[in-house]
Amino acid sequence: MTAIKVGIPRSLMFYYYYPLWKEYFTGLGVEVVLSPKTNKSILDLGVKSALDETCLPVKIFYGHVIWLKDKVDYLFIPRIISVEKKEYICPKLMGLPDMIRANVPQLPPLIDTTLDLSKSKKNIYFFFREIGRKFTSNPWKIAKAWANAYKKQKEYENLMVNKKMLPAEALFYLENKTKRFLETKKTSLEIAILGHGYNLYDDYTSMGLIEKLRRQGANVLTVDLIDTEDINTEAAKLPKRMFWTFGRKTIGGAGYFAGKQKVDGIIHVASFGCGPDSLVGELVLRQNKRKENIPVLNLTLDEHTGEAGVVTRLEAFLDMLQRRTAL
Amino acid sequence: MKVTFPHMGYMYIAVKGLLEGIGLDVIVPPYSSKKTLNLGIRYSPEYACLPFKINIGNFIEAYELGADTIVMGGGIGPCRFGYYAQVQQEILRDLGLNYNMIVLEPPDNHYSELFKKLNELSSSWWKIISSMSLAYAKAGALDRIETETQKVRARETNRGCADKIFGNAINLLEKTSHKREISLVVNQALESLGKVSLCREMPLAKIAIVGEIYTVLEPFVNLEIEKMLGDLGVEVNRSVYLSQWINDHLFLGLLPGKSSKKLLKIASPHLNSFVGGHGRETVAATVAYARQGYDGVIQLAPFTCMPEIVAHSVLPVVSKEYDLPMMSIYLDEHSGETGLRTRIEAFVDLITKKRKMRGIKNEMLSGHRCGVSQY
Repeated sequence: MTAIKVGIPRSLMFYYYYPLWKEYFTGLGVEVVLSPKTNKSILDLGVKSALDETCLPVKIFYGHVIWLKDKVDYLFIPRIISVEKKEYICPKLMGLPDMIRANVPQLPPLIDTTLDLSKSKKNIYFFFREIGRKFTSNPWKIAKAWANAYKKQKEYENLMVNKKMLPAEALFYLENKTKRFLETKKTSLEIAILGHGYNLYDDYTSMGLIEKLRRQGANVLTVDLIDTEDINTEAAKLPKRMFWTFGRKTIGGAGYFAGKQKVDGIIHVASFGCGPDSLVGELVLRQNKRKENIPVLNLTLDEHTGEAGVVTRLEAFLDMLQRRTAL
Repeated sequence: MKVTFPHMGYMYIAVKGLLEGIGLDVIVPPYSSKKTLNLGIRYSPEYACLPFKINIGNFIEAYELGADTIVMGGGIGPCRFGYYAQVQQEILRDLGLNYNMIVLEPPDNHYSELFKKLNELSSSWWKIISSMSLAYAKAGALDRIETETQKVRARETNRGCADKIFGNAINLLEKTSHKREISLVVNQALESLGKVSLCREMPLAKIAIVGEIYTVLEPFVNLEIEKMLGDLGVEVNRSVYLSQWINDHLFLGLLPGKSSKKLLKIASPHLNSFVGGHGRETVAATVAYARQGYDGVIQLAPFTCMPEIVAHSVLPVVSKEYDLPMMSIYLDEHSGETGLRTRIEAFVDLITKKRKMRGIKNEMLSGHRCGVSQY
């Protein structure tokens, strides 16, 4: 008997939780099928079936789903309402399984279990138990798979925070146990990129932003490489608690990179039409302008963004930073 | 302390009554206009949604009139509205406008937070409660006159009669300070609406408006879409009315009758989770209107509104299932009246043609009551 295949789209929360998901499904004896890296045809598939008004990352998610749907027995599209206490991700992620069902025909069964940790962190175990019961009735198998998956996820997060590996490098290291650093030239500049992981780490969406910066000799930092405590201390300075997880990370990261670990420049990457970022980005800009005087570049991405335009802006930004440090 | 608040349709009538009732000096910002919008656009983040921008315009205009305190609502996500006040405060601060902001929102940890804020406004609980009850009565009165106006507008011989009566009633309602006066205004308005000469028994079609509350309730933002439809002989009903919204949010849906809580169930299986804002309400209301036999549904939302995009994504399925024509309109500072009118006329043409093809006589229930809440 061949193993049941579960498809995981390489998109959205994949960049944060893939080791956890992969290890868990493997532990249940299920084969995981991962969609390829985002490319033109995947984007086109998504753009064709999603609503115009949807943001770029969600359109790309549609594309990955369509690529996967005929190749697997189940599709893993959890309804992620919240991953932190009293916080949300985004309305679109809360309605994602419904949106996919309404717009993509001939889907395999979806695993659309709800993940809601806004009230209690313990719900994560119930979330995985509910998924596990679809594939096995053996509670020991579920508990063991969960324990291994949790260990793997911690390892992944450790690689990022302690070894300063970006998610792509950390994932590669977990799979192959060898490092594949994109070696940089002699670093002269330190640049922090703020934004949602699925924009930053998807090379097609961000148009290789990280690599471009490194090739120019910049050392790239993101909030995922920073200790959560530091981020939270900075975010707690807001007059009102931020209720978006990515928003908290962005605003906390901006505070951290402008204060404790002062960088030379900050790049804020947002998708066109992103609700939370339209307000969070404004806060970052205004607060930076007022106190620390660190240059901030706002990059807004959508499916029409031309690479040449982005490169021009990046080069101008880097030139400006170099001149500033030389002065 | 001179208090002001952002506009949302005719909400100012209720809110002004409420704040004056508790003994505050109230400055109502000039009604939202092109100037308000331009001020808002200039100082707001480019990708913020439209209500945010108009709020900023309202605050600037109210400041010029001498206001120094803002009272507004808030939220705890995931809709952007929950973080409006904080970002707006930063913007106003950078502009050099010294505003004190009192944000009424669901408390983060304990209800004492909310009580403390209310205490900032007034120390007399009796005053707060009695003026709340008056404001609610005003909102209810407004809704009654408005639903009747929506019906008459679609049938009147001379265009504009119903709107004139409605406008007068609003002005009178604003000045009332007693429940008896309110019912007097309502009776008068209903009576004069009953005397308007009608050219047709039944409307040409019945269309429901659903969507995000601000765009649905604010005629300046939705380019008076209700009037536009009424002039074409279409009877309009909305998924959101002021008193229902006040009941849901101020009184937590505890008052009987007008609440959207029980409606939400019928949003599934199309949308199985709350998505913030009015996303799930939009889907539920659309299903309810389809079951009530409406001829079409128009969804309104500000451009980039997240909850409504989720709702819009699943609505085609509802539309197909109930064979219900639908149109979604996103509004922002670039929306033009002519463009909207063209789309509306085409939509109404399509619906009336469809009705004819189906051979449906205009047998709409004449005693139809307002609201989807019956379902």
